[in-house]
Amino acid sequence: MAEITYRQALHDTLREELLRDENVFLLGEEIGIFEGSYKITAGLLKEFGPKRVVDTPICENSFVGMATGAAMLGLRPIVEIMTINFIVLAMDEIVNHAAKIYYMFGGQCPIPLVIRTPGGGGQQLAATHSQNLEVWFAHVPGLKVVAPSTPADAKGMLRTAVRDNNPVIFLENLALYNTKGEVPDGDYTVPFGQAKVAKEGADLTVISYSRMSTMALDVARRLEQANKLSIEVVDLRSLRPLDHETIINSVKKTNRAIVFEEDWRSFGVGAEIAATLQEEAFDFLDAPIKRVASVEVPLPYSKPLERAALTGAKQLMEAIDEIKPRRRR
Amino acid sequence: MDTQKETDAASRASVYSRDVSLPAPAPLPRDEDRDTLLHYYYQMVLIRQFEEKAAEMYSKAKIGGYCHLNLGEEATVVGFCAGLEPSDYVYTNYREHGYAIGRGISPNAVMAELFGKETGCSHGRGGSMHLFDIERRFMGGYAIVGGQIPLATGAAFAIAYRGSNEVVACQMGDGTTNGGPFYESLNLAKIYQLPIIYFVVNNLYGMGLRVEKGSAVSELYQKACAFDMHSERVDGNDVLAVRDALRTAARIAREQHEPSLIEAVSYRFRGHSVVDPDRYRNQEEVQAGRAHDPISAFAARLMAASLLDENGAHEIEEQVQRDVAAAVQFANESPDPALEELFDYIYAPEDTPLKGTE
Repeated sequence: MAEITYRQALHDTLREELLRDENVFLLGEEIGIFEGSYKITAGLLKEFGPKRVVDTPICENSFVGMATGAAMLGLRPIVEIMTINFIVLAMDEIVNHAAKIYYMFGGQCPIPLVIRTPGGGGQQLAATHSQNLEVWFAHVPGLKVVAPSTPADAKGMLRTAVRDNNPVIFLENLALYNTKGEVPDGDYTVPFGQAKVAKEGADLTVISYSRMSTMALDVARRLEQANKLSIEVVDLRSLRPLDHETIINSVKKTNRAIVFEEDWRSFGVGAEIAATLQEEAFDFLDAPIKRVASVEVPLPYSKPLERAALTGAKQLMEAIDEIKPRRRR
Repeated sequence: MDTQKETDAASRASVYSRDVSLPAPAPLPRDEDRDTLLHYYYQMVLIRQFEEKAAEMYSKAKIGGYCHLNLGEEATVVGFCAGLEPSDYVYTNYREHGYAIGRGISPNAVMAELFGKETGCSHGRGGSMHLFDIERRFMGGYAIVGGQIPLATGAAFAIAYRGSNEVVACQMGDGTTNGGPFYESLNLAKIYQLPIIYFVVNNLYGMGLRVEKGSAVSELYQKACAFDMHSERVDGNDVLAVRDALRTAARIAREQHEPSLIEAVSYRFRGHSVVDPDRYRNQEEVQAGRAHDPISAFAARLMAASLLDENGAHEIEEQVQRDVAAAVQFANESPDPALEELFDYIYAPEDTPLKGTE
């Protein structure tokens, strides 16, 4: 067990998977000579050479499609899309092809493909460089979508993704790369479709994922220390498959739920989870389910405007205040 | 207005004759093997009758969805398949029944797929536009125009990665050469030196849009010059010319690890799909196109070389009729996919064997 950054956990896992399986290779824009826009792949070209660490030209649709085609012949490509905003250019190959080939051809050809990409706003990168588009993919049968929030989960889930026989969208977050945490040694894997109760609590459940999950944990700990409320934090980790059982069990215990997400509110993860809870835990709810999400604007550049648009701890506290139980149990 | 219409009609009629002003079919080369030639002829007739039967079955509502036929393109299809080895990989667009048959998928399994049956080559999940057979390395018909090009490029990437000796051939239509995936993928193939043949069937129309109205350059093989890539234009009505162009390109791919672009000029006998009444094409042009029938032209060459006579041709046609009737019967009698299997194949299980790592 060592304390390392989320970035280091990703880097080390890529390296170990390259060492473990010769069918694994990396490709993406500027991941080799430039060592990656966010330096996740630093040093890997030098160690593994240009066959295993492939710099691509700027053509997201075709290099994602190329990776999909290589996966059809049994390789295990790991694609880096510089930021999730650029993945829009590759939607045809992901949604119409990678997600469909196994089903549409009657189970003859699996697609063992990983697409890693960071989302997230708050760095004054403005409207086209600050999006959270994970729900576009979570909507599609045939894809798996995971979004780890800690270095340990980053390691464990990236290993699982590389060894999976299906296309996996592996969502990272710019603001998580420098965060630190304990990471188990050795061949540590985390299965998909299992949410994690990041903190137990009795009064209210906050359901979240990726960066917002770490923020929810901070808020919950602060409220606990102030002896105000006991909040349970559920880190989804995986959006498709989605772990219904863990969120339902948590709400059955606390009777109150808030979904906390960085993406836009409408048609988002919060909408999906609120619908699931009212279908499957209606009788256990003591308050309306709240959605705390970002304001529905293209993210502006101006720092004050950007701050006003993004959700955060303040908005979560307000929502908690609105639906918290009047008396402590 | 009327004058404009007349001019358009005149230009359409003349453009077709210009585009096929390729050398007239030459006498058959002496070193060709008789049985091989007769097999090409059999396959061309099989595809012709299979497609005519598919149109009939569509009108009887045995086939649903969209249905695009290879009628008129039989020499292009058979020549393409004949230029490849069984170990090579093929990707195509959605006008692919003939290519599937040409690659050795049985007409039964193709017809059953059109009928949506469990015995179809994609187990009834894909239909006319999504034929697939992993054993015959027929890696799919794809119905998003250009979607197959990056995939095929990736298959060639995997071959180069493993250092094996296969080639990928990626078929597409003329309209596809105007889209991003074409340019992006040809660029990737050249910079990574991939063993792939991009094969454009130029039948002069997208759906209704003339090739020169959609493409700044109407001789599509010229587009390869942007990638410093071998390219060639062949008469798609000549099965041997198409085969030889494929063989040359395959040799370049295997020996020099270089991609190629081959353009076969062909003609579609009917509309874009079975339901297209084909009102946008000038009737004179369609008649002229049909007059260049690749099957009768090849029959004439075979007969001139005394490799086939009227009796022999008749026998082949009867054999094909029996094969196509058997395919329809097989498709009719095959079971639908079971409803409880609706959710099968969304995700591949952990123990699924991967290609090349079995």
